[in-house]
Amino acid sequence: MTVKEFAEQSGFRIINLADNAGEVLIRQAYCCDLLSIAMTKVPEGAAWVTVMSNINTLAVASLTEAACVIVAENAAADAEFAEKAKAQGITVLHTEKPVFDAALMVHEGL
Amino acid sequence: MSDTIKLQYTVSTDDFTRAGEASGDVKRKLKKMGSAPEVVRKVAIAMYEGEINMVIHANGGTIDVEITPEEILMVLQDSGPGIADVEKAMQAGYSTAPDRVRALGFGAGMGLPNMKQYSDEMEIETTIGVGTKVTMKVFQT
Ligand SMILES: Nc1ncnc2c1ncn2[C@@H]1O[C@H](COP(=O)(O)OP(=O)(O)OP(=O)(O)O)[C@@H](O)[C@H]1O
Ligand SMILES: [Mg+2]
Repeated sequence: MTVKEFAEQSGFRIINLADNAGEVLIRQAYCCDLLSIAMTKVPEGAAWVTVMSNINTLAVASLTEAACVIVAENAAADAEFAEKAKAQGITVLHTEKPVFDAALMVHEGL
Repeated sequence: MSDTIKLQYTVSTDDFTRAGEASGDVKRKLKKMGSAPEVVRKVAIAMYEGEINMVIHANGGTIDVEITPEEILMVLQDSGPGIADVEKAMQAGYSTAPDRVRALGFGAGMGLPNMKQYSDEMEIETTIGVGTKVTMKVFQT
Protein backbone atom coordinates (compact mmCIF):
# COMPACT_ATOMS: atom_id res chain seq x y z
CA MET A 1 0.00 0.00 0.00
CA THR A 2 1.35 3.42 -0.86
CA VAL A 3 1.31 6.32 1.55
CA LYS A 4 -1.20 8.08 -0.69
CA GLU A 5 -3.52 5.07 -0.74
CA PHE A 6 -3.44 4.88 3.04
CA ALA A 7 -4.05 8.60 3.36
CA GLU A 8 -7.17 8.20 1.21
CA GLN A 9 -8.43 4.94 2.75
CA SER A 10 -7.94 6.01 6.34
CA GLY A 11 -9.68 9.32 6.06
CA PHE A 12 -7.09 10.74 8.43
CA ARG A 13 -6.62 14.47 8.14
CA ILE A 14 -3.73 15.28 5.85
CA ILE A 15 -1.23 17.71 7.36
CA ASN A 16 1.15 17.25 4.47
CA LEU A 17 1.13 14.95 1.48
CA ALA A 18 4.64 14.58 0.08
CA ASP A 19 5.15 14.68 -3.68
CA ASN A 20 6.29 11.07 -3.68
CA ALA A 21 3.38 9.78 -1.55
CA GLY A 22 2.00 7.91 -4.55
CA GLU A 23 5.20 5.87 -4.90
CA VAL A 24 6.41 5.34 -1.33
CA LEU A 25 5.26 2.02 0.10
CA ILE A 26 4.24 1.48 3.69
CA ARG A 27 5.91 -1.73 4.83
CA GLN A 28 4.80 -1.81 8.45
CA ALA A 29 3.46 0.21 11.36
CA TYR A 30 5.75 1.39 14.14
CA CYS A 31 4.81 3.08 17.43
CA CYS A 32 7.06 5.02 19.81
CA ASP A 33 7.13 8.45 21.42
CA LEU A 34 10.69 8.62 22.70
CA LEU A 35 12.90 10.06 20.01
CA SER A 36 16.21 8.42 20.90
CA ILE A 37 14.52 5.02 20.89
CA ALA A 38 12.74 5.73 17.60
CA MET A 39 16.02 6.96 16.12
CA THR A 40 17.46 3.44 16.09
CA LYS A 41 14.22 1.49 15.76
CA VAL A 42 12.00 3.10 13.11
CA PRO A 43 12.12 0.54 10.30
CA GLU A 44 12.69 1.92 6.82
CA GLY A 45 9.35 2.41 5.14
CA ALA A 46 7.44 2.47 8.41
CA ALA A 47 4.27 4.40 9.08
CA TRP A 48 5.38 5.87 12.40
CA VAL A 49 2.51 6.46 14.80
CA THR A 50 3.27 8.87 17.64
CA VAL A 51 1.76 11.53 19.88
CA MET A 52 4.90 13.66 19.57
CA SER A 53 3.99 16.23 16.99
CA ASN A 54 6.94 18.58 16.92
CA ILE A 55 9.69 19.25 14.45
CA ASN A 56 12.03 16.84 16.22
CA THR A 57 9.68 14.03 15.23
CA LEU A 58 10.15 15.14 11.63
CA ALA A 59 13.93 15.20 11.95
CA VAL A 60 13.92 11.60 13.19
CA ALA A 61 11.40 10.54 10.54
CA SER A 62 13.62 12.02 7.86
CA LEU A 63 16.85 10.49 9.21
CA THR A 64 15.26 7.05 9.55
CA GLU A 65 13.46 7.28 6.20
CA ALA A 66 10.05 6.53 7.60
CA ALA A 67 7.36 6.30 4.93
CA CYS A 68 5.14 8.74 6.82
CA VAL A 69 4.26 10.05 10.27
CA ILE A 70 0.82 9.57 11.80
CA VAL A 71 0.04 11.90 14.68
CA ALA A 72 -2.45 10.09 16.91
CA GLU A 73 -4.64 11.06 19.89
CA ASN A 74 -5.46 14.37 18.27
CA ALA A 75 -2.10 15.66 19.47
CA ALA A 76 -1.58 19.33 18.72
CA ALA A 77 0.05 20.01 15.37
CA ASP A 78 0.67 23.66 14.61
CA ALA A 79 1.39 25.56 11.41
CA GLU A 80 5.15 25.49 11.97
CA PHE A 81 4.99 21.69 12.16
CA ALA A 82 3.01 21.51 8.92
CA GLU A 83 5.41 23.88 7.18
CA LYS A 84 8.44 21.89 8.26
CA ALA A 85 6.81 18.65 7.08
CA LYS A 86 6.28 20.26 3.70
CA ALA A 87 9.82 21.60 3.53
CA GLN A 88 11.25 18.20 4.39
CA GLY A 89 8.92 16.32 2.06
CA ILE A 90 7.42 14.13 4.77
CA THR A 91 3.83 12.95 4.62
CA VAL A 92 2.08 13.61 7.93
CA LEU A 93 -1.43 12.45 8.79
CA HIS A 94 -3.46 13.36 11.85
CA THR A 95 -6.14 11.42 13.71
CA GLU A 96 -8.08 11.47 16.96
CA LYS A 97 -7.62 7.69 17.21
CA PRO A 98 -5.36 6.24 19.90
CA VAL A 99 -1.90 5.06 18.84
CA PHE A 100 -2.77 1.35 18.77
CA ASP A 101 -5.95 1.81 16.76
CA ALA A 102 -4.20 3.97 14.19
CA ALA A 103 -1.35 1.46 13.87
CA LEU A 104 -3.84 -1.38 13.53
CA MET A 105 -5.46 0.41 10.62
CA VAL A 106 -2.06 0.60 8.94
CA HIS A 107 -1.41 -3.06 9.64
CA GLU A 108 -4.75 -4.16 8.28
CA GLY A 109 -4.19 -2.16 5.12
CA LEU A 110 -0.82 -3.75 4.35
CA MET B 1 44.83 14.52 1.34
CA SER B 2 42.83 15.51 -1.70
CA ASP B 3 40.00 13.08 -1.07
CA THR B 4 39.28 14.42 2.40
CA ILE B 5 36.05 16.36 2.70
CA LYS B 6 35.85 18.77 5.63
CA LEU B 7 32.55 20.12 6.88
CA GLN B 8 31.72 22.41 9.77
CA TYR B 9 28.37 23.11 11.39
CA THR B 10 27.33 25.55 14.05
CA VAL B 11 24.62 24.27 16.36
CA SER B 12 22.90 27.12 18.15
CA THR B 13 21.41 27.39 21.61
CA ASP B 14 18.11 25.64 22.13
CA ASP B 15 17.51 25.85 18.41
CA PHE B 16 15.03 23.01 18.01
CA THR B 17 13.84 24.40 14.70
CA ARG B 18 17.14 23.40 13.13
CA ALA B 19 18.15 20.47 15.30
CA GLY B 20 18.97 17.51 13.11
CA GLU B 21 19.95 19.61 10.11
CA ALA B 22 23.67 18.99 10.44
CA SER B 23 23.23 15.22 10.67
CA GLY B 24 20.69 15.36 7.84
CA ASP B 25 23.17 17.22 5.66
CA VAL B 26 25.98 14.75 6.34
CA LYS B 27 23.62 11.87 5.67
CA ARG B 28 22.66 13.30 2.27
CA LYS B 29 26.29 13.91 1.35
CA LEU B 30 27.37 10.39 2.31
CA LYS B 31 24.52 8.88 0.34
CA LYS B 32 25.50 10.92 -2.69
CA MET B 33 29.10 9.81 -2.33
CA GLY B 34 27.97 6.21 -2.35
CA SER B 35 28.80 5.20 1.23
CA ALA B 36 27.28 1.88 2.28
CA PRO B 37 23.72 2.24 3.65
CA GLU B 38 24.76 0.81 7.02
CA VAL B 39 27.59 3.37 7.27
CA VAL B 40 25.18 6.19 6.44
CA ARG B 41 22.76 4.95 9.07
CA LYS B 42 25.45 4.68 11.74
CA VAL B 43 26.69 8.20 11.08
CA ALA B 44 23.16 9.62 11.02
CA ILE B 45 22.26 8.08 14.38
CA ALA B 46 25.53 8.90 16.15
CA MET B 47 25.69 12.45 14.87
CA TYR B 48 22.01 13.23 15.42
CA GLU B 49 22.20 12.18 19.07
CA GLY B 50 25.35 14.22 19.62
CA GLU B 51 23.85 17.22 17.86
CA ILE B 52 20.68 17.06 19.95
CA ASN B 53 22.63 16.70 23.19
CA MET B 54 24.48 19.90 22.36
CA VAL B 55 21.15 21.68 21.92
CA ILE B 56 19.47 20.24 25.00
CA HIS B 57 22.26 19.96 27.54
CA ALA B 58 24.93 22.42 26.45
CA ASN B 59 24.49 25.80 24.83
CA GLY B 60 25.01 24.61 21.31
CA GLY B 61 28.47 24.30 19.83
CA THR B 62 30.27 23.25 16.70
CA ILE B 63 30.52 20.02 14.78
CA ASP B 64 33.47 19.24 12.52
CA VAL B 65 33.17 16.33 10.14
CA GLU B 66 35.93 14.82 8.04
CA ILE B 67 35.05 12.28 5.41
CA THR B 68 37.68 10.10 3.76
CA PRO B 69 37.27 6.86 1.81
CA GLU B 70 38.32 5.06 5.00
CA GLU B 71 36.28 6.74 7.72
CA ILE B 72 33.98 9.49 8.91
CA LEU B 73 35.36 11.52 11.80
CA MET B 74 32.94 13.64 13.84
CA VAL B 75 34.09 16.10 16.48
CA LEU B 76 31.36 17.75 18.53
CA GLN B 77 32.46 20.52 20.82
CA ASP B 78 30.39 22.62 23.19
CA SER B 79 31.01 25.05 26.00
CA GLY B 80 28.15 23.78 28.11
CA PRO B 81 28.15 22.65 31.74
CA GLY B 82 30.21 19.50 31.17
CA ILE B 83 29.29 16.02 32.36
CA ALA B 84 29.98 15.26 36.02
CA ASP B 85 29.89 11.48 35.80
CA VAL B 86 30.48 10.21 32.28
CA GLU B 87 30.08 6.56 33.23
CA LYS B 88 26.66 7.27 34.68
CA ALA B 89 25.68 9.43 31.71
CA MET B 90 26.57 6.54 29.40
CA GLN B 91 24.09 4.23 31.12
CA ALA B 92 20.93 3.49 29.17
CA GLY B 93 18.03 5.29 30.81
CA TYR B 94 20.07 7.93 32.63
CA SER B 95 18.87 11.43 31.81
CA THR B 96 18.84 14.87 33.37
CA ALA B 97 16.67 16.26 30.58
CA PRO B 98 14.36 18.99 31.91
CA ASP B 99 10.59 18.64 31.60
CA ARG B 100 10.32 21.11 28.74
CA VAL B 101 12.42 18.88 26.49
CA ARG B 102 10.92 15.65 27.82
CA ALA B 103 7.61 17.03 26.57
CA LEU B 104 9.14 17.03 23.08
CA GLY B 105 10.09 13.36 23.23
CA PHE B 106 13.65 13.62 24.53
CA GLY B 107 14.95 12.18 27.79
CA ALA B 108 14.88 8.41 27.26
CA GLY B 109 18.53 8.45 28.28
CA MET B 110 19.43 6.57 25.10
CA GLY B 111 21.40 9.21 23.19
CA LEU B 112 24.89 8.48 24.51
CA PRO B 113 24.33 4.69 24.46
CA ASN B 114 23.22 5.04 20.82
CA MET B 115 26.34 7.07 20.00
CA LYS B 116 28.51 4.41 21.59
CA GLN B 117 26.71 1.59 19.83
CA TYR B 118 26.55 3.12 16.36
CA SER B 119 30.03 4.66 16.19
CA ASP B 120 33.09 2.44 15.83
CA GLU B 121 35.17 4.61 18.16
CA MET B 122 34.05 7.21 20.65
CA GLU B 123 35.83 9.40 23.14
CA ILE B 124 34.38 11.96 25.55
CA GLU B 125 36.51 14.72 27.04
CA THR B 126 34.61 16.89 29.48
CA THR B 127 35.34 19.49 32.13
CA ILE B 128 32.76 20.85 34.53
CA GLY B 129 31.97 24.47 33.73
CA VAL B 130 34.07 24.40 30.57
CA GLY B 131 32.42 22.05 28.12
CA THR B 132 32.36 18.71 26.40
CA LYS B 133 34.11 17.33 23.36
CA VAL B 134 32.83 14.14 21.80
CA THR B 135 34.92 12.49 19.11
CA MET B 136 33.38 9.68 17.09
CA LYS B 137 34.55 7.62 14.15
CA VAL B 138 32.65 5.40 11.78
CA PHE B 139 34.71 3.25 9.43
CA GLN B 140 33.67 3.06 5.80
CA THR B 141 34.67 -0.56 5.40
N1 LIG C 1 26.92 17.72 25.57
C1 LIG C 1 26.52 17.52 26.84
N2 LIG C 1 26.77 18.45 27.82
C2 LIG C 1 26.36 18.23 29.09
N3 LIG C 1 25.73 17.13 29.51
C3 LIG C 1 25.46 16.17 28.59
C4 LIG C 1 25.85 16.31 27.22
N4 LIG C 1 25.46 15.19 26.57
C5 LIG C 1 24.87 14.40 27.48
N5 LIG C 1 24.87 14.98 28.71
C6 LIG C 1 24.36 14.39 29.98
O1 LIG C 1 24.27 12.99 29.83
C7 LIG C 1 22.92 12.55 30.05
C8 LIG C 1 22.61 11.36 29.17
O2 LIG C 1 22.62 11.75 27.78
P1 LIG C 1 21.75 10.91 26.73
O3 LIG C 1 21.91 11.54 25.41
O4 LIG C 1 22.11 9.48 26.87
O5 LIG C 1 20.27 11.07 27.26
P2 LIG C 1 19.30 12.35 27.16
O6 LIG C 1 19.85 13.34 26.21
O7 LIG C 1 19.04 12.83 28.53
O8 LIG C 1 17.98 11.69 26.57
P3 LIG C 1 17.77 11.13 25.06
O9 LIG C 1 19.06 11.29 24.34
O10 LIG C 1 17.39 9.71 25.21
O11 LIG C 1 16.67 11.97 24.48
C9 LIG C 1 22.08 13.76 29.79
O12 LIG C 1 20.81 13.70 30.42
C10 LIG C 1 22.96 14.88 30.35
O13 LIG C 1 22.89 14.91 31.76
MG1 LIG D 1 20.47 12.74 24.31
